[in-house]
Amino acid sequence: MHKLSVSQLVDGLRNGDFSSVELTQCFVNRMQKFNDLNAFITELGERAILQATNADKLIKEKKHRPLTGIPIAHKDIFCMYGVKTSCGSKMLDNFYAPYDATVVEKLDQAGCVTIGRTNMDEFAMGSSNESSYYGPVKNPWNTDCVPGGSSGGSAAAVAARIAPLATGTDTGGSIRQPAALCGVTGLKPTYGRVSRYGLIAYASSLDQGGPFGKSAEDCAYMLQAMAGFDEKDSTSLDKAVPDYTQLLNSTLKGKVIGVPEEYFSEGLSAEVKSVIEGAIKWYEQQGCEIKNISLPNTNLAIPAYYVIAPAECSSNLSRLDGVRYGYRCEDPKDLRDLYDRSRSEAFGDEVKRRIMIGTYALSAGYYDAYYLKAQQIRRLISEDFKKAFEHVDVILGPTTPEPAFKIGEKTADPVTMYLSDIYTISINLAGLPAMSVPCGFSDSLPVGMQLIGNYFEEDNLLNFAHQYQMDTDWHKKTPEGFE
Amino acid sequence: MQWETVIGLEIHVQLATNSKIFSGASTAYGAEPNTQACAVDLGLPGVLPVLNKEAVRMAVMFGLAVDAKVAERSVFARKNYFYPDSPKGYQISQFELPIVEHGTLEIVLGDGERKTIGITRAHLEEDAGKSLHEEFSDSTGIDLNRCGTPLIEIVSEPDMRSAEEAVAYMKKIHSIVRYLGISDGNMQEGSFRCDANVSMRPKGQEEFGTRTETKNLNSFRFVERAIHYEIDRQIDVLENGREIVQETRLYDANKDETRSMRSKEEANDYRYFPDPDLLPVVIEPSFIEELRKQLPELPTEKITRFKQEYDLSDYDAENLVMNKETAKYFEEVVKNSNAKAKLAANWVLGDLSAVLNQDDIEINNCPVSAGMLAGLLDRIEDNTISSKIAKEIFQAMWSGEGDVDAIIEAKGLKQITDSSEIEALVEQVINDNPGQLEQYKSGKDKVFGFFVGQVMKLSKGKANPQQVNDLLKDKMK
Repeated sequence: MHKLSVSQLVDGLRNGDFSSVELTQCFVNRMQKFNDLNAFITELGERAILQATNADKLIKEKKHRPLTGIPIAHKDIFCMYGVKTSCGSKMLDNFYAPYDATVVEKLDQAGCVTIGRTNMDEFAMGSSNESSYYGPVKNPWNTDCVPGGSSGGSAAAVAARIAPLATGTDTGGSIRQPAALCGVTGLKPTYGRVSRYGLIAYASSLDQGGPFGKSAEDCAYMLQAMAGFDEKDSTSLDKAVPDYTQLLNSTLKGKVIGVPEEYFSEGLSAEVKSVIEGAIKWYEQQGCEIKNISLPNTNLAIPAYYVIAPAECSSNLSRLDGVRYGYRCEDPKDLRDLYDRSRSEAFGDEVKRRIMIGTYALSAGYYDAYYLKAQQIRRLISEDFKKAFEHVDVILGPTTPEPAFKIGEKTADPVTMYLSDIYTISINLAGLPAMSVPCGFSDSLPVGMQLIGNYFEEDNLLNFAHQYQMDTDWHKKTPEGFE
Repeated sequence: MQWETVIGLEIHVQLATNSKIFSGASTAYGAEPNTQACAVDLGLPGVLPVLNKEAVRMAVMFGLAVDAKVAERSVFARKNYFYPDSPKGYQISQFELPIVEHGTLEIVLGDGERKTIGITRAHLEEDAGKSLHEEFSDSTGIDLNRCGTPLIEIVSEPDMRSAEEAVAYMKKIHSIVRYLGISDGNMQEGSFRCDANVSMRPKGQEEFGTRTETKNLNSFRFVERAIHYEIDRQIDVLENGREIVQETRLYDANKDETRSMRSKEEANDYRYFPDPDLLPVVIEPSFIEELRKQLPELPTEKITRFKQEYDLSDYDAENLVMNKETAKYFEEVVKNSNAKAKLAANWVLGDLSAVLNQDDIEINNCPVSAGMLAGLLDRIEDNTISSKIAKEIFQAMWSGEGDVDAIIEAKGLKQITDSSEIEALVEQVINDNPGQLEQYKSGKDKVFGFFVGQVMKLSKGKANPQQVNDLLKDKMK
C-alpha cells in the first residue's frame, strides 16, 4: 500500500480494497520501524487510528471528502490543536498549540489522517535539519547524509514511504531543497496562495506552506486542499483556486522553457549539471523550445536573503520570551534575567546567529545600508523574473548545486551551508511558485530539477512535472531498505 | 533672563471600536484580567493580525476634522522592544508613512486670543496590556485585555508656549474626538492620555532648547501641573548654569513632581521596519469624500453658528460647545422654551453646570431634563416667578420634586403680579418704616434698596420686582 499513488489510495479506499485503518496502520508501522531516521518529533499513531476509523465510517456512508482516509504527516511548524508544536526547538518543547493552523484545518476537512509531526531545522532555519533540538534527520538514501532542510523530516518521511503526503514550508528553499536531496516531489506555491495562519513565522514575507508527495500528481491533490484565501491571513490572496489536476495531461509541445545561465555557473557539480541537462533534453524531445535566459541579479539573492530573513525573524521570535508559554529559565532574578537566560538556554546557535544578524541589520544607523538595500535588491530580482516570463512558460534549472552532503560536513561553516540554497532563494524573494522534481542520481544520491513558474501558475508547473513523470521513473525509485 | 517655553504634545486616543485593531476580541473596559485577549492578542506562535477597518475609518475622520492630509497609502511598522505587557515583543504602529499628516487646530485662550497649533501627524497603533505591580507581593501580574485596543497617536508641532495653551489644545482635541464619536475620551479609564514635550529657550532665540518628555498624563489638571513643574525645574537648572538632560520623565500626581525615568542613552532602539504581516493601508479618494460628507458639525462650526443663531458671546459659545452633550442640551432647552437663548446659556453654564460638577454627574444623566429646564425658563419669561424663586425651584427639580409648574403649585411660589396686592404690601412697608422714609425723602437714595428688600421679604420673594420698584417710586415721591 505504501507504494501507491494518492489517486490509487483514494480508489482503493472507496472500492473497499482496504480500509483507512489498515492503510494508516501500514504507515504507522513504517513510522515506528524506521524511527532511526528521526523523521518525526511526535508520533500520533493512536490518534491517527481513531481518525482513520472515522474516515472509514464516512467512506461507508459515502460522506467522504477528496482525501478522506489518506494519511499525512505535518511539519512541526504548523500549529495543531492539543498537539505538541515545537518548531524543532527546545523553546517550544512544552508548547501544545491551542488552535489549528489553517493548513492543518483544511487538510483535516479534506479528510486526511495525521500520523505524526515531522522533524525540522529549529524554527525552519537551516538547510540540513541539523539545527533541530531533536537531532538531525537521516537521509533514507544514505543515512550518513542529511535530508536537507528545513523540512527534512517531511521529505525523508515521503522518501522512506512512511507517509504518502507531508506538509512543508519554504522560506528560502525549505521544501524544494530537501525534496531534491531525498528524491521526492515538493512544491512551494506562490506567496499568498496558501494561508500562513498558524504557521510559526520565520520570515513572514517569504514563508509559504506547500506539499511533499511521491509525484506531481500527488502534490496536485494535496495543494488543492491547502490553497485558498484565508481572512485570517492578510497576505493571502483572494483569488480563485483552479483545479490543479485539470492541466496535468496537457501537451507540452510548443511550450517555452527558460534555462538561466546563472544556474549553471561555478559551484554546480558536474554530475548534477549533466543530470539536469538530461532532463532539459527530454523536454526538448517533447517539442518544447529551450531558451537560454539570464537572471543577472541571482548572485545578490543570498546576501539580500540573509538580511531580510534574519531581520524579520529577529522580530518574529521576540514573542518567545519565557513569559506566557514556552521555555522559561529556572529562578530568574529579575525580568532582564528571565529574558536573557530563557532565550539563551532555549535557542540553538543558528537561531541566535540569525536573530543577531537581523537585530543588527535593523539597528539605527544600519537600516538603510542593510535592510533597505536588501529590499531594493529584492525588487531587482523580481524584475529579472518578470522580464524572463515575458518570453518563457517556465524556468528550469537545478534545485541544488550538489546532492545530499554528509551530516556534520557543513555545520562549522554557515556560509557554505547557506550556499546550498543558492538556486532556490531568489524564488522566495520574488514570491514565485516553484517545485523540485526527481530527475536522476549523482553518486547514488537523488538529484532534483527545479521548475519555476509565473505567479499563480502552479497548475502549469504541475503539468510540466507530471508529463515528465509519466515518461520517467526517477520519482518511483525507493531507497534501499525502504521498498 | 527671560525664558520662553516650548511645548509639543503627543496625545493617545483609544478608538471606540467594538473589537480590537488586529483581532476580534472585545475592547470593553473593566473585564476580569485576560478574559478579553484572544490568541492574536496573546501573541501565540503562528497568529497573524488582520486590520479592523472601523479603526481606519475613525482615523480618517479625525484627519478630516483637523484639515489634515489623509494618506492614500500608509504602512504599519513594527516597533520592537521587550516588555511583558507587549506580548509579541513588538508593537504594531505606523512610522514612516502615517495615515494622517499636516493638520491644524485653532485654540481660543482665556483672553479671547486665538492661536493655530500644527498637527504633525496622527498614526494608528495598538495599545499595550497592563502590568499589575501592586496586586502581587513578589511578582508582577499581566493583564492583556487592553492589548490591541486601537489608538491614534496625535503628535502636535512644538507650537505651544504655555501650560494654558497646552491644556486648551488638549481640550480641543478631546472635544473633537468626542464630537466625531471616535472615542469615549474617558481619561480615568485611560482612553485619552498625553505625553508632554517641554523645553525652554531664551526669549527671542530661534533654536529650540533640549526637551524632556513627560509620560502618561491622564487628566487636564495633570498636564497643566506637570508642565508648570517642568518649566520651573528647567529654568532652575538653566539659571544655575547646568544643562537639561534629554530624557523621559514621569509625573507623580501625589507628590506633584516629575522625575527621571530613562535618559536618551538608555532609550530603546526600536528597530522599526514595515510589518510583513500587513499590507499597506490604501485609502481611495472616494472613501475620503464619503467620510467628509458624514462629518458631524464640529466645535468650531458650532461656535460660529451659536454666536450667530443665538446671539451669544464668544465665551458662552465656546463653553457650551466644548462638550458635545452640553451643546445638545442647550439647544434642546432653547428649542423648547420661549425664553431668550442668553438666559438658557446662563442657566446651563451657571446653575446647571455647578450642580453637575458638585454631584459629579454627566449631563446625559442630568435629573433635570432639557424640557424641564425650558419650562422653568418659560415661567421666568412670563413673570410667573422671579429669577430668585427660579433658583429655589431648580433645586427642587434637581431633587426630583417634579416639573416647574408642579413645584410652583405645591410650594405656592407663583409670582405676585396683581398690582393691588403688591400695592398693599408696598404701603405696609412704607407705613412700618417712617424713619427710613424720612431719610429717603431727605435725599438718601440708597435707602430705596431697603424698601425693595422689605417688600420682597414680606411677599416671600414672590412679588414681581419690577412692579415693586415702580410702585415704591410712585408712593414715596
